[in-house]
Amino acid sequence: MKPEPVIQIRGLTKSFGPIEVLKGIDLDVPPGKCAVVMGGSGSGKSVLIKTIVGLLKADKGTINVLGERVDLLAGDELDKLRLSMGFLFQSGALFDSMTVSENLMFFLERHLHLPPAEAADRILQTLEWVGLPEKLHDYPAALSGGQKKRIALARSIIMEPKILLYDEPTTGLDPVSVRMVAHLIVRLQAERGITSIAITHDLLCAEIIADEVHFLQDGRFIASGSLEDISRLDHPSIVTFFGNETIHPV
Amino acid sequence: MATRLLIESTSTSTSNSNISHSLRDLLIEFGDLARFSGQFVVRFWRRPFEGRELLRQMDEVGSKSFILTSITGLAIGVVLAMQSRGTLIRFGAEAVLPSMLALSVVKEIGPVFTSLVLAGRLGAGIGAEIGSMRVTEQIDALEVAALKPFHFLVITRVLACMIMFPILTLWTDAIALLGGYMESYLASGMDYRIFLSTAFESLRFSDVLVDTLKTSFFGFIVGIVSCFLGFNVRGGTREVGTAAMRAVVGSSLFILLSDVIIVRISMLLFGDM
Repeated sequence: MKPEPVIQIRGLTKSFGPIEVLKGIDLDVPPGKCAVVMGGSGSGKSVLIKTIVGLLKADKGTINVLGERVDLLAGDELDKLRLSMGFLFQSGALFDSMTVSENLMFFLERHLHLPPAEAADRILQTLEWVGLPEKLHDYPAALSGGQKKRIALARSIIMEPKILLYDEPTTGLDPVSVRMVAHLIVRLQAERGITSIAITHDLLCAEIIADEVHFLQDGRFIASGSLEDISRLDHPSIVTFFGNETIHPV
Repeated sequence: MATRLLIESTSTSTSNSNISHSLRDLLIEFGDLARFSGQFVVRFWRRPFEGRELLRQMDEVGSKSFILTSITGLAIGVVLAMQSRGTLIRFGAEAVLPSMLALSVVKEIGPVFTSLVLAGRLGAGIGAEIGSMRVTEQIDALEVAALKPFHFLVITRVLACMIMFPILTLWTDAIALLGGYMESYLASGMDYRIFLSTAFESLRFSDVLVDTLKTSFFGFIVGIVSCFLGFNVRGGTREVGTAAMRAVVGSSLFILLSDVIIVRISMLLFGDM
């Protein structure tokens, strides 16, 4: 029997003034799987992921996450659901007035009220998990792009979410850092059973993390399947997007 | 000729349309600012109370503006005493210099100057800080982590301004009177006891209270205008800079306009001095 999807989207539309950015999106993400949404710039990828987490309100359609209707929730009810979700922003969005440790502690002390020693332990373990325990007292300005992304990932998982949403997790990184971040995402899925959606136009990252790929163009999914299958499709937008890249199953 | 007339008429109608668009945008922005202020009033009473961040912001507003307000106060006191002395001597009224100084400083110059100086420092700082947090998605990060950015960023800053403005104003007033006394001592060797008794006998408690407490409202203006402009930045660093500049200009203008209204109301309530 097919498991119930953890994230289920039906007929999602979203407009900004006269511009319709999402035009009826349907998406199912089964538990423990990583769905990757690809597409060119301005295709609506970031709008989609921000609507799922409730940063933007859907105009029409339903968004079901962990059995709750995100499109109907607001205020404290939405905040409660958000505690089960992590979000990795394109820029990392680390609080630059705080050290790495304070960035992580900020979330813990407000939501879990752990004793200081236990909180410090959890922070150190999480930083070890992303391979950067030595950066505990550094400010974000002192970190490289790849390190910022890994710290931001650590901050996203410190609350032990069931779902993770990645907005361009590897944009602007060198291939070594892309592999490092992408393998962390795969490990999260394998070790913690996290269900995730990743928005990316980085083929290397998608190759490593994707269980299923959805290709978005002009607010609609024009293809869904494995990355390898999609890359072989003879659709002009897809051909242009993939260029001469050869996709190998990972 | 006909072509030229047509062009002129088009350009006039374009400029009229631009003015009406700008006016409409301004009115919409005022409406949004009013709604933002309403949210402050409503959410102020709701959890979470960010006590530690409030203290941090009070420190940011207060102790880091201390030197600035001290210099402002000293300059006000010395300059006011120097400029008034000559005129008062001509009318044989040099003895009233301390009371004139105390009244002008406590009732108007101290509160308004302090608030304008603080609007310059804090308006730009708050507008730029929150604006850059907006464009680097830090506010979104707070939102998706269920951390209520309005409470953490807006309420704490506005409240810190409301608490610290009157305190800094009292300090500026005191330093201004000290500056005035120093000038009087150097110019005419005035005894400090005479200076103090003449200065304070002309002041009523209601003057000090109302004119100092009105700066709490000025603090609200600086905090809410700067947070509003920072919170609503869209774009990049250029827009952050614009928000910081508009925060200073907007706060200063609102302070000057609201001062007129507050003074009128206080004269109705407590009488003309």
